[in-house]
Amino acid sequence: MDHLDRLESTSIHILREAYANFKSLCMLWSIGKDSTVMLWLAKKAFLGHVPIPLVHIDTSYKIPEMIEYRDRLTKEWNLDMVYGMNHEALKASETFPAGNTDRLTCCKMLKSEALRNTLSGRWPRHRFNHNLGKYEIDKNAEPFTGVIVGVRSDEEGSRSKERYFSPRDRENDWDIADQPPELWNHYKTDFAPGTHVRIHPLLDWTELNIWEYIERENIPTVSLYYNQGDGKRYRSLGCAPCTNPIESEARNVSEVIEELRSGQLSNIAERSGRAQDSEDGGGLESLRRDGYM
Amino acid sequence: MKTAEAEKQVAREHMNIVIAGHVDHGKSTVIGRMLADTNSLPQGKLEQIKERCRRNSKPFEYAFLLDALKDEQSQGITIDSARVFFSSAKREYIIIDAPGHIEFLKNMVTGASRAEAALLVIDAEEGVQENSRRHGYMLSMLGIKQVVVVVNKMDLVDYSEETYKNVKAEYTKFLADIGLEAIFVPVSGMAGDNIVSLSDKMSWYQGATVLESIDGFEKEPPAIDKPFRMPVQDVYKFTQAGDKRRLVVGTIETGQVSVGDELVFYPSGKKSTVKTVERFNVPQKDTAAAGEAIALTLDQQIYVSRGEVAARTSETKPEVTSRLSVNLFWMGRNPMVKGKRYLIKVGTMKEEVELEDVIRVMDGSDLEASETKDKVEHHDVAECVLSTKRAIAFDLAEEIAATGRFVVVDDYEIRGGGIIREGLKDEQVWVRDYVMRRNYKWETGEVSRDDRAERYSQRSSLVLITGQRGVGKKPLAKALEARFFTEGRFVYFLGIGNILYGVDADIKSQESEGNGQRQEHLRRMAEVANVMLDAGMILVVTAVGLTNEDLEVIQTAVDSRQINVVWMGDEPTDIPCDLVLPQNGDLSDAGEAIKTMLQDKGIIYRP
Repeated sequence: MDHLDRLESTSIHILREAYANFKSLCMLWSIGKDSTVMLWLAKKAFLGHVPIPLVHIDTSYKIPEMIEYRDRLTKEWNLDMVYGMNHEALKASETFPAGNTDRLTCCKMLKSEALRNTLSGRWPRHRFNHNLGKYEIDKNAEPFTGVIVGVRSDEEGSRSKERYFSPRDRENDWDIADQPPELWNHYKTDFAPGTHVRIHPLLDWTELNIWEYIERENIPTVSLYYNQGDGKRYRSLGCAPCTNPIESEARNVSEVIEELRSGQLSNIAERSGRAQDSEDGGGLESLRRDGYM
Repeated sequence: MKTAEAEKQVAREHMNIVIAGHVDHGKSTVIGRMLADTNSLPQGKLEQIKERCRRNSKPFEYAFLLDALKDEQSQGITIDSARVFFSSAKREYIIIDAPGHIEFLKNMVTGASRAEAALLVIDAEEGVQENSRRHGYMLSMLGIKQVVVVVNKMDLVDYSEETYKNVKAEYTKFLADIGLEAIFVPVSGMAGDNIVSLSDKMSWYQGATVLESIDGFEKEPPAIDKPFRMPVQDVYKFTQAGDKRRLVVGTIETGQVSVGDELVFYPSGKKSTVKTVERFNVPQKDTAAAGEAIALTLDQQIYVSRGEVAARTSETKPEVTSRLSVNLFWMGRNPMVKGKRYLIKVGTMKEEVELEDVIRVMDGSDLEASETKDKVEHHDVAECVLSTKRAIAFDLAEEIAATGRFVVVDDYEIRGGGIIREGLKDEQVWVRDYVMRRNYKWETGEVSRDDRAERYSQRSSLVLITGQRGVGKKPLAKALEARFFTEGRFVYFLGIGNILYGVDADIKSQESEGNGQRQEHLRRMAEVANVMLDAGMILVVTAVGLTNEDLEVIQTAVDSRQINVVWMGDEPTDIPCDLVLPQNGDLSDAGEAIKTMLQDKGIIYRP
């Protein structure tokens, strides 16, 4: 077994533990490279099927190609696709692109708030109806008690402190200082009513591992990750107004891998193209405490 | 296009090492030195920190490197208090930093349980401290066998060989008591002695440096030469998606398995043969080995589920019992006490457990044994006996670590962990032996349990109505049978007397009412029930005043997930029941209550 095999096995094990232990489980899919690898790992864990609903938080400001890609895979892979949205904030134009809030508040409203209320079932959820070929309001408003999230510990500091199975209380709060012990492959799968657990199968993967795996498994990815001829590509995907591409010549997966291995990007943070991270000192950590992924 | 260099990078070995030790014994300094002396720091980092110290008139310390790197987390540098990356010529390392303070013991065990080897730092001047021992004990319990003890701050004791030897002797003896051996290296993290290169200040030491010592650790290969063990994580059937396979999934902990191998699942003892080894997006392969997360399909359609352990009939089998002699450490604020129910997790099995007996409690810091305690307190390590509600399958930790360790859950939290030293005999051993033999010999037809459930629109189930004499059990059982029959269910009322004078004729004729008789009687009833349940039936049985012990006999013979206990009567009971009904109540109401229970459990489908 090589390093990727080991990472894959551990992630599959975690996904299966989650599936066996949580009655109401979902997997967050941001359409990005990490959560797409996670989706692929789910197909590995469940032998070609994805028996877990996928939840996408649509801010309405995603790059259109991301949404097209989402809906294409939904149909091709027969995914149980659900999206949630902060309809009210959007209707009232309380967003950064509309010029009415700062970036962090916008993230908080369109992502954290939308996520919290989508998971709890308080806000309407839209589910893809494969017979009709379109989304419709989901009648099932049951809260999700297990939420699988594709964060990696090498992304930034607060993520590196995560457990594989991380409890969040009623308010979505995460107590970094007092996390449950994880011994061997025994995780926290028992939880008090009203709380939920975030499950992180990709914690041990690095950005490079993700790309190596995409190459090895030939996993379809959004073309925004590659230079289309203008010398730029996205390294991390987010909302169009707040995400910028980086200078790069990499036109395909193996060139992206070359670029990462060469150390060319080693002094540039992966999320440096994400404007909200640099908004205030601990931007991402405070966002994450509030329930941001 | 892949370059040769790139190929090499993928193939490079990775190893996780935990670094542990008492507060202020110098873990950060040792790590800082290691990073600096192996050129693992970002360019200019060392100079930058030195310059910052000079400007603030502060003496430079290597420990500052770690703090500085922590500050940079938000800038995307992949270093954190929890994980430090560095590489030697030999391999890539991740150092998992385990906080030294006792309050963080659970973080330490979390980190250490993911490590393959350990660095344990002891201050030469302060000597062996409480946490040095406690951490050593945890490492041994967590199964870490490769340890380097770094005797730090040798510069503060004038590089005295004698001081080093005293620390080494004291700690070696301690480690020997807990079954660990270690390499010792005298160092000064501050001065860089013996970390990456040998120091001339300690010419009396000619052993390996710290870096050489950890490079000397061996990467433990997946245990393919041990008996096959695969705790069953789940059984999948994606029929709705047009997939007919019935997939038994799990991660292989040890050994290997091939198509055609005969498997036994424990604790049930059910037997089948591997038909295929299934994976997604890889070419079909007929074997799988330790470390792989796979799926198996079986030739004979037996009913197995999460929690059982798959083993090969040709190899040593796991132990099965409900009484375990264990070494346990406790992280809960509230002590583990007798008479309280906890959950134990072994492999993928989760089961109720109680503390039966405390043999010896050691204060984790000094390992002084106390034989008078009857509970296990915060940060205690103890030898004790645990008894589980139902028998579980496991291995002894020294033989197969992965299936020989466990955690204890209390109030939703993992509060304890440990290793199984020995399986002890329990009261059910006589029934279990019969049952395992029965399951082992059991011939399955072509029709699976799932097929029957689909045909009859119900899952087979035993409705066990119990209570004192004269509370109306039999009338209810008969009414229930009639009602379900009318509703089109496949149902049967099994009169106890029908068994008593038939199947039990030989023991009945002896006319003695000893407890052994009653238990044998119950065992036979359960065996008859088992056959009918296998046929897909909802079986209604009544029994007078079942005790916990009686119920255990029945649960050993019949898969307890199929049993629904209904207690009837106004007298309270201590047996765990699924439903309590008043005595001689309205039959229709009682029937409705039972029906609702079966619906809620998904045994019969609505309406």
